[in-house]
Amino acid sequence: MTGRAARIGIPVVFGVLFLVAWQAIVVGNDIKPYLLPKPTAIWAQITANIDDILKTARVTGTNALAGLVAGAVLGILAALVASRFRVVDSLLVPLAAAVNAMPIIALAPIFNTMFSTTSAVPRRLVVTLVVFFPLFVNALRGLRQVEPIHRELLDSYAAGGWTFARTVRIPGALPFVFTGLRLAASLSVIAAVVAEYFGGLQNGLGTRITSAASNTAYPRAWAYVAAACALGLLFYLVATALERIATPWRTTR
Amino acid sequence: MTAFVSLSGVTKTFRGRAGDVTALSDVDLTVTAGEFVTLIGPSGCGKSTLLRVVADLTAPTAGTVTVNGKTARQARLDQDYGIAFQQAGLMDWRTVVRNVELPLELRGWDRRRRRERALELLELVGLPDFAGARPAELSGGMQQRVAIARALATGPKLLLMDEPFGALDEMTRERLQAELARIARESGATVVFVTHSIPEAVYLSDRVVVMSPRPGRVAAVVAVALGERTDDTREAPEFFAKVTEVREALRGRAPVERR
Amino acid sequence: MTGVAAEPAAVTVVEGGPPPVHRGRSALGRAGWFVASVLVVCVLWEAYKVVGSPDGGSLFGARVLPRADDASMPHVWEVLRRFGRPESAATDSSSVAVAVLEAVWFTFRVAMAGLVLGVLVGIGLGMLMDRFALAERGLLPYVVLSQTVPLVALAPLVVGWGGRVHIGSMTWRPWMSVAVIAAYLAFFPVAVGVLRGLRSPSAHSVELMRSFSASWWQTFRRLRLPASVPYLIPALRLAAASAVVGAIVAEISTGIRGGIGRLVIEYSREATSDPAKVWTAFLGAALLGLVVAGLVALLDAGLARYRPAS
Repeated sequence: MTGRAARIGIPVVFGVLFLVAWQAIVVGNDIKPYLLPKPTAIWAQITANIDDILKTARVTGTNALAGLVAGAVLGILAALVASRFRVVDSLLVPLAAAVNAMPIIALAPIFNTMFSTTSAVPRRLVVTLVVFFPLFVNALRGLRQVEPIHRELLDSYAAGGWTFARTVRIPGALPFVFTGLRLAASLSVIAAVVAEYFGGLQNGLGTRITSAASNTAYPRAWAYVAAACALGLLFYLVATALERIATPWRTTR
Repeated sequence: MTAFVSLSGVTKTFRGRAGDVTALSDVDLTVTAGEFVTLIGPSGCGKSTLLRVVADLTAPTAGTVTVNGKTARQARLDQDYGIAFQQAGLMDWRTVVRNVELPLELRGWDRRRRRERALELLELVGLPDFAGARPAELSGGMQQRVAIARALATGPKLLLMDEPFGALDEMTRERLQAELARIARESGATVVFVTHSIPEAVYLSDRVVVMSPRPGRVAAVVAVALGERTDDTREAPEFFAKVTEVREALRGRAPVERR
Repeated sequence: MTGVAAEPAAVTVVEGGPPPVHRGRSALGRAGWFVASVLVVCVLWEAYKVVGSPDGGSLFGARVLPRADDASMPHVWEVLRRFGRPESAATDSSSVAVAVLEAVWFTFRVAMAGLVLGVLVGIGLGMLMDRFALAERGLLPYVVLSQTVPLVALAPLVVGWGGRVHIGSMTWRPWMSVAVIAAYLAFFPVAVGVLRGLRSPSAHSVELMRSFSASWWQTFRRLRLPASVPYLIPALRLAAASAVVGAIVAEISTGIRGGIGRLVIEYSREATSDPAKVWTAFLGAALLGLVVAGLVALLDAGLARYRPAS
């Protein structure tokens, strides 16, 4: 196997072997479902609950998307402002580093009281916050790194602020922004699912996982986990596709 | 013969942590229109700084600079020169042809005209088939040709080049030197060229300005009259004589061993 | 939940490449700016309480601006004062500050256990992938994949292990579930960081070692390991923050008591009558994150000689 075949083939072989081994170990050692259900049992639950899975995935996906868009827009805007004004930069950068070390997700129950437990806004706000910082940090890093030679070249053209931003600074920052977006896309789904563990509306994938687990319906819980995984993967793939479209020069290598 | 670039009493001091460093000390230099002048010297002799002063990318601490009868700043604002650096400095996010178009775009040329002009220039530097390519797909020598095409795009009367062939292998280098000599002759542009290669300086120039370091100043000027440059020029006895003359000028004023 | 990374090399999801260039500003100066930024946040908070409506702001029927009343947004000083007062009405109740610190200490230990486990697994996996091309080609896609999907959603399921699993004479304790989830979140950045770091020496350096006829181990010890330090530190920083998030999320979904995640949930139930209290718990969680990040920073300072000079 060479090239593309190997790149896809080897992981597929590993994945199939993994599932087969999983099934064999669970059946062979008589492992109880609370520890690890059989892949076939999980699959049966997925097909049995497909309507509800799609419905709840839509709710969680909408929360993740709303938060992702809001957080990305705010993060990029903040980076633009910070790259322009030294004071904002000095204030936001250490704050971003600190907040990034904090478990933002723990704000979920607090947002529930600040807004209301019957709205999706608290969850979306958590996602927004979680997404904001990777976008801000990456966009700022991209906006800041300008090759000295490009600056000299544009100086030699007597090109000013906006022209410089349009021809050098913004295109140069795009790969960084999209790296941030790719990261944030995965984070947004994770945050949207986990935020549901902290109470509030009972209509998403996360709440289905907790309720199935507390009813000891483990294969069903795993089925919803699998759905959450698929949703996360979808977000990641869409972000990767957007990255390729927006920065074609990076994929030619 | 009219002076196109003239510098008088140019001094440039950089403030450093370990005290001030004088990069250029009282430099006088005149380049006449259509002339090809090379600045040569060991590292730290201020040759790149001198070029940047002419380009108004850095301001001299003292002295006056006149380019095309105006201040260096006005000449930059009027786009009287094109510039190329040691690195090609192409923008990864633009195709080759759009890199060449960049200075034209900034001057407000319309799309069709600038595309036409850029393709013409790619033809001139021998890369007509790479217009749609990305810079990352090109070899170092090809990238440098694109950078030269970009420097020539607006048809400037003055070309400033800072070791543009410094990072290339010898064969590519000689080929590009021949092309540059031809382009300079055909366009009639004035060229100020920085290098640390003696044969390169002699091959290309009408005059070689030999500089010495600490502080950077003009140590000697060697006039070269070898007529039209061909591949045979490199093997002519007069060529070697000039190479020797430049080498001795470099040695006499700034012993190479001491660096 | 903490992937702040700039890495346009566009292969993996983790922070890669040599660490960012720090701008010439002293640690003291940065700390000063941080304090200033916290003050700005507090001032904005109080300012919103002055201008905001007690019922929040609505757009298309959904409340998009928070309620500005004291029950939803307590004054900054109320929160600070709450630390000093007793946790509950019971006579022997200790102060909230003590309760929060105890909970932080509990979660800190669990998160550290998870972090150590995760780092060990990550290093092992990274070395395995470095050594065997087949392992890299087969596993790396899954390692990357595991970070794009919310496998932390498994947390409520791992709880089921508590008290029911026996490994030899050891009974599975609920806090171990929490540590396992923390470890799961922590291993990935380390695995990828180790892989990238071990691969970072240039072909020249590797050939030089070969010209010395150095063994695999000697090359590892003298070249690859020191060269990977600049990649390991950012990886560890991410891993540490992830372990904290993992521990907190796991505490909440496992329902085990004693940790700061649990305290956030417990205090949030009292939010209507005692709004400042839940904020004390969140500040405790924030403190935990900062302490863990600080430990990584200390390690970073200790290994400074392996970093390329900026």
